[in-house]
Amino acid sequence: MSSLAGVPILSIVTFFPLIGVLLIALLNRDATGNARWIALWVTILTFLASILIWWNFDVRNAGFQFVENRAWLGPIRYKMGVDGISILFVILTTFLMPICILASWSTVEDRVREYMIAFLVLETLMIGVFCALDLMLFYVFFEAGLIPMFIIIGVWGGKRRVYASFKFFLYTLLGSVLMLIAMIAMWNYAGTTDIEALMATKFPPSMQTWLWLAFFASFAVKMPMWPVHTWLPDAHVEAPTAGSVILAAILLKMGGYGFLRFSLPMFPVASHDFAPMVYALSVIAIVYTSLVALAQEDVKKLIAYSSVAHMGYVTLGIFTFTTQGVDGAIFQMLSHGIVSAALFLCVGVVYDRMHTREIAAYGGLAERMPLYAAAFMVFTMANVGLPGTSGFIGEFLTLMGAFKVNTLVAIIATTGVILSAAYGLYLYRRMIFGPLDKPSLAGILDLDRREIAILSPLVVLTILFGVYPAPVLDVTAASVKKLVSGYESAIKTANLDAAVNAAVRTPDGGAATIAGAR
Amino acid sequence: MPTLNLATLAPLLPEIFIALSAMVLLMIGAFRAGGAPAAAVAEREGEIAMWLAVLVLAVGCYLVAAPPVKTVALFDGAFISDAYSRFFKILILTGGIGALLLAFDYLRTTKLLQFEYPVLVLLSVVGMMMMVSAGDLISLYLAIELQSLALYVLAAMRRDDVKSSEAGLKYFVLGALSSGMLLYGASLIYGFTGSTNFTVIAQVAQQPGAAQNIGLIVGLVFLLVGLAFKVSAVPFHMWTPDVYEGAPTPVTAFFAAVPKLAAMALLVRVLMTAFPGGAVKWQQIIMFLALASMFLGAFAAIGQNNIKRLLAYSSIGHVGFALVGLAAGTEKGVQGVLMYLAIYLPMTLGAFACVLAMRRENGPVEDITELAGLSKTNPTMAFILAALMFSLAGIPPLAGFFGKLFVFQPAVEAGLWALAILGVIASVIGAYYYLRVVKIMFFDEAKQPFAAVDVRVFVVMAVAGIYVTLFFPASNPLFEAASAAARSLKPL
Repeated sequence: MSSLAGVPILSIVTFFPLIGVLLIALLNRDATGNARWIALWVTILTFLASILIWWNFDVRNAGFQFVENRAWLGPIRYKMGVDGISILFVILTTFLMPICILASWSTVEDRVREYMIAFLVLETLMIGVFCALDLMLFYVFFEAGLIPMFIIIGVWGGKRRVYASFKFFLYTLLGSVLMLIAMIAMWNYAGTTDIEALMATKFPPSMQTWLWLAFFASFAVKMPMWPVHTWLPDAHVEAPTAGSVILAAILLKMGGYGFLRFSLPMFPVASHDFAPMVYALSVIAIVYTSLVALAQEDVKKLIAYSSVAHMGYVTLGIFTFTTQGVDGAIFQMLSHGIVSAALFLCVGVVYDRMHTREIAAYGGLAERMPLYAAAFMVFTMANVGLPGTSGFIGEFLTLMGAFKVNTLVAIIATTGVILSAAYGLYLYRRMIFGPLDKPSLAGILDLDRREIAILSPLVVLTILFGVYPAPVLDVTAASVKKLVSGYESAIKTANLDAAVNAAVRTPDGGAATIAGAR
Repeated sequence: MPTLNLATLAPLLPEIFIALSAMVLLMIGAFRAGGAPAAAVAEREGEIAMWLAVLVLAVGCYLVAAPPVKTVALFDGAFISDAYSRFFKILILTGGIGALLLAFDYLRTTKLLQFEYPVLVLLSVVGMMMMVSAGDLISLYLAIELQSLALYVLAAMRRDDVKSSEAGLKYFVLGALSSGMLLYGASLIYGFTGSTNFTVIAQVAQQPGAAQNIGLIVGLVFLLVGLAFKVSAVPFHMWTPDVYEGAPTPVTAFFAAVPKLAAMALLVRVLMTAFPGGAVKWQQIIMFLALASMFLGAFAAIGQNNIKRLLAYSSIGHVGFALVGLAAGTEKGVQGVLMYLAIYLPMTLGAFACVLAMRRENGPVEDITELAGLSKTNPTMAFILAALMFSLAGIPPLAGFFGKLFVFQPAVEAGLWALAILGVIASVIGAYYYLRVVKIMFFDEAKQPFAAVDVRVFVVMAVAGIYVTLFFPASNPLFEAASAAARSLKPL
């Protein structure tokens, strides 16, 4: 911490990609090669700078670190900071960006400058979401990300890109504006937009219910939770490979992050009350979308539905309010960020060669593409949740948390693991194994050096976090503990308040009720 | 009766200066034109007159901004100079400069580059400045008529164009109707309060039992109807799309941006200073106007393919959003309205600058499908127009979002939950047609490129684009100015 004292490191990491935007904007219109290199170097430097944050991060401190606090717009302040929950998402974002740029290196030929600018702007906004410690600042970053993503899907997307981009934009916007009203209500009630101060504010339970619902509207769409997930398959299928990667790996995590940052600490009573509903929606998502994934003919759609199913574990874990559950949810988000990104990249690899996403168009790839088959195997297994891969840790912790709270929910959710094995292995068999009898595949080439460079760090991390999850769990431990204990004490107080109210109404049985509540 | 000396007239100096300049320009133009110079000479002189008008407005802006801010009431409260009027006058004058800069190229190609245009703009600007300073029903009416008469002529500038003449006539007839209603309301209010002065009206309106004073209420309703016409709030908006479509494009830009601002300023001042507090419940009327305008603006624009009509409906929607702040009826609400309008003005001018830039060799085009593939043929303009569209839709971090934030915040604070929630839903619906423009520019196949953009039009476009994108980090001064202006607005 000391070596970075006084350096606004979070602002630097957040806004550094904009320097790349400026440089690319100044380039000659035909200098597409330079635009690629600038984008790559800027994202790599951003990643290195974010490693500096991790290096100096104090894992024992449960509060916010590297806090910057400046006057901005009247009562709204520019306040940034990270804790054990958000720092991982910052690093995940900066880690995946160079990979995305590399993945688009030769596949994006049209309007390269604009493409790189859109991705760099998106990076700034995504990091900003995870660092913002002011309600309005958070909203600005959260919502602004729609603009570059809209452009990315719409300009560089597939056939139905226009439909998909509009659906993505309007769906998420409608969820978010309701959250905006709730944020304004919180601002008016507490007289501040400081997230730390709002966490200490005790909102009356009746107000919490409404605020929780409004935030839920936004985060549930973003997650996405069943039944508001329908924008996701469209957006995923139509987006270019790197767009799908960012969408699956980072943008979906904003929903889960939002639950952890706002819903749980600020509206504990409402979270407690709505938990059964979230369980129900989560297990429906896990079972139903897994079944839907089983029936898909389009690789990207299959992975998109599997994302919805995996996000079901995340919401389930968060709303168990146990240390294991929340730890598991965070780990699951991180793991899914790596694994789903990798799966989309794998799809991109064959799509670039064959220009089709039909599963039926492939088969027997293992014969011509052994390296590809191996990498795809690792990610499929991680997606299934095989022990030894990162997917296992997240799912296991989540289910353990769920089991403590509600056995039935845990049992139903566990069937999702079996279903995910079913669609994962079925997909793998259809694409990779079997005879290579399609004439169009006869000349297909294995991974080239660029693709190996993209996929190998993801393979390493998938396995590393699978066998040694400590680096992640250590970072989150203190903050998660604080979150869970804060929730528990809030619920205890709320129960006590309810008991006191009941006692006031019935003076005779009052003492007994209070004693019971204690 | 205080003696009138020149020093007491100091707050009126900007208006006097601009009015005199307009007269001088008119005289020079009229007597010079008597000699019937050759077309080329007339055009050059027209251009000089335009630049002179820009200079006059710039000097006027300096005269408004330079003296220290204090609240002064002249002529028994008929003319009020305070931070509130100063805020709006600066906006009106800069808006006027922007609108003049947009007009040069258009007027030259339509052979209208003569001295009448700048003179009319100057006179209407004087009218608008009087509007925002009006503290009396008489001065209110005089100011509105001064600006309206100049604007009627501007709308019909292209005498040989059917649509322009139609726009002028429509604007005139409906403007006259609304003025009539306004006068009728004013006379009722005078009859039931015994004064035309806002301060005296406020005293009567705050007395217990004012809500049962039917004459006063009916008068207020008529006054509101008249003003709702001027700001084109639903259901008094019908003239807007036709007039905006028919009027020459730079005139439309001027209409959409500046007079609307002045009329909003007037509406806010009348309601907040002549009918303050909750005694007379005008809030419900404003809420209705706001809701109807937001939703009509959002839905009706979806089907439009003419960019001028689209922007007309968009401006109706924006009036609705600004009225949300007024519906809150608090100082913060007024501040929100001020910020909203200060953001609305450059967005509108910038959008119309882009409309003016939609020109091919054989003349201007107005269909939004003509923008297809603009991101390839003219990336700079496509980027600016996209930023303006996202800003108009209210997507952060662009300026338009902050406008919406600061009108919805006081509305929620005042307990107007339903209004706020419906308002944001309307903004999502409205986002659709702004996105459609972006979609056409970025996602569709390129068409034949536009002709080169006039440099003055480009400057307005670029300034507006920079304003909406860089508003995010540098917005505090506007927040403070709007706060001070809103504070100064109270019954004397």
